[in-house]
Amino acid sequence: MDPEPVRAATGTRFATGTQLPCVRKLEGMNTPALPAALADIVDDFQALTEPERLQLLLEFSQGLPELPERLRDHPELLEQVVECQTPLFLTIETEPGDGDSPERVRLYFKAPREAPTTRGFAGVLHEGLDGLSAAEILAVPDDMPEQLGLTRAITPLRMRGMTAMLGRIKRKVAALVPRQQPAQS
Amino acid sequence: MSYPVEQNAKFAAYAHPERLVSTEWLAAAIDAGGLDGGKLVVVESDEDVLLYETGHIPGAVKIDWHTDLNDEVTRDYIDGEAFAALAAAKGISRDSTVVIYGDKSNWWAAYALWVFTLFGHEDVRLLDGGRDKWIAEGRAVSTETSVPAPGTYPVVERNDAPIRAFKEDVLAHFGKPLIDVRSPEEYTGQRTHMPAYPEEGALRGGHIPTAASIPWARAAAEDGTYRDRGELEALYLGEAGLKEGDDVVAYCRIGERSSHTWFALKYLLGFETVRNYDGSWTEWGNAVRVPIAKGTERGTVPASR
Repeated sequence: MDPEPVRAATGTRFATGTQLPCVRKLEGMNTPALPAALADIVDDFQALTEPERLQLLLEFSQGLPELPERLRDHPELLEQVVECQTPLFLTIETEPGDGDSPERVRLYFKAPREAPTTRGFAGVLHEGLDGLSAAEILAVPDDMPEQLGLTRAITPLRMRGMTAMLGRIKRKVAALVPRQQPAQS
Repeated sequence: MSYPVEQNAKFAAYAHPERLVSTEWLAAAIDAGGLDGGKLVVVESDEDVLLYETGHIPGAVKIDWHTDLNDEVTRDYIDGEAFAALAAAKGISRDSTVVIYGDKSNWWAAYALWVFTLFGHEDVRLLDGGRDKWIAEGRAVSTETSVPAPGTYPVVERNDAPIRAFKEDVLAHFGKPLIDVRSPEEYTGQRTHMPAYPEEGALRGGHIPTAASIPWARAAAEDGTYRDRGELEALYLGEAGLKEGDDVVAYCRIGERSSHTWFALKYLLGFETVRNYDGSWTEWGNAVRVPIAKGTERGTVPASR
């Protein structure tokens, strides 16, 4: 796929008043640190009660950016994540990094409005991972979705879709940059 | 006193027309103030746990099939006490007319209705066509979470036997008809989960020996409504070979799609004894010393041990 540069996606942040200082520490836990944007999202979820977490997930579903036109007209460029309960399509591209920094990975998702939970997961991963390097994405722990604290509110069955989505992104990133090793944590 | 039964030609042909309402009927009942006072309660039950929040029938309350109706500790449905508390919190009283609707042609709505029936709730109906039809018709939706005045609901113990089958019941049922409502690929054993759905951990692929394959969606029309009586008879009496008075067990993967078929057999075609095997393939496919059949043939009654 052409490493065609794409315009930076508009950042999505939510005016929910939930942007608390980073209070949740991972020290003492055997968990690699998350990329900053993803860690912020995890903190936002953790700071909320369960019903509020669902509301935040809903806001992420509303914040998922539309596909750029060139992909909208080419559904064959998108790959379906079959593990998700509703049709979810995703593709990744790379663009050159600034100066000496490594290539950045861009993520594109498509999920129907009637599937807000799936869209919400996609929104979380988009905001948390879009624009990172392949190494940073590959270093995200596979069980990261568990850290959002949604498992009880939406049930383990539904959480699998999100875990599958992250797994698919990582597999696609690994395939795109075969020699890339996960960053040391 | 429960709400009047909808009269129309399609419903009148069904064995129990009082179990369905149309979108027109529901819109008119809501406009007439039916939701005031809890005489009529509209419940949305979806596969997607956030769908209600994106917009629902004004005044409808949400019941989630998984988080509200299941008890994860006992791996069973909630008990009478929990159901009474849930119903009351949703503004439902024992004599309320409850209309349930949801996404995916009412899979989860039918499943919720089946659970209400385990508790003997007398007047519980499905919105024919469900959520999609309501929205396709451009009817009112609201994102405001309904906070109904609490209902009064007695603690009623579940009565599973008439409409729920356990694995042992199915083993004892051999020789009588079974309906497998999963996709053809699941039935033959090519795959153990729905196309495009997560793998849910069944170790074997195939079907319960002798079960007829009638995928649930064949009972639904394009717009998500149930097919008319003649079409349903062609499907279940013709193709599946059911006979009047048969004792039938329906199953799927976790009991949700088969609730949709259970409803059609029980209330639309009028089979007296229809049970939903909610353990379904996730239990049967993994159970020790329980036989299966593979391929497109129904298979034969297994020799008893």
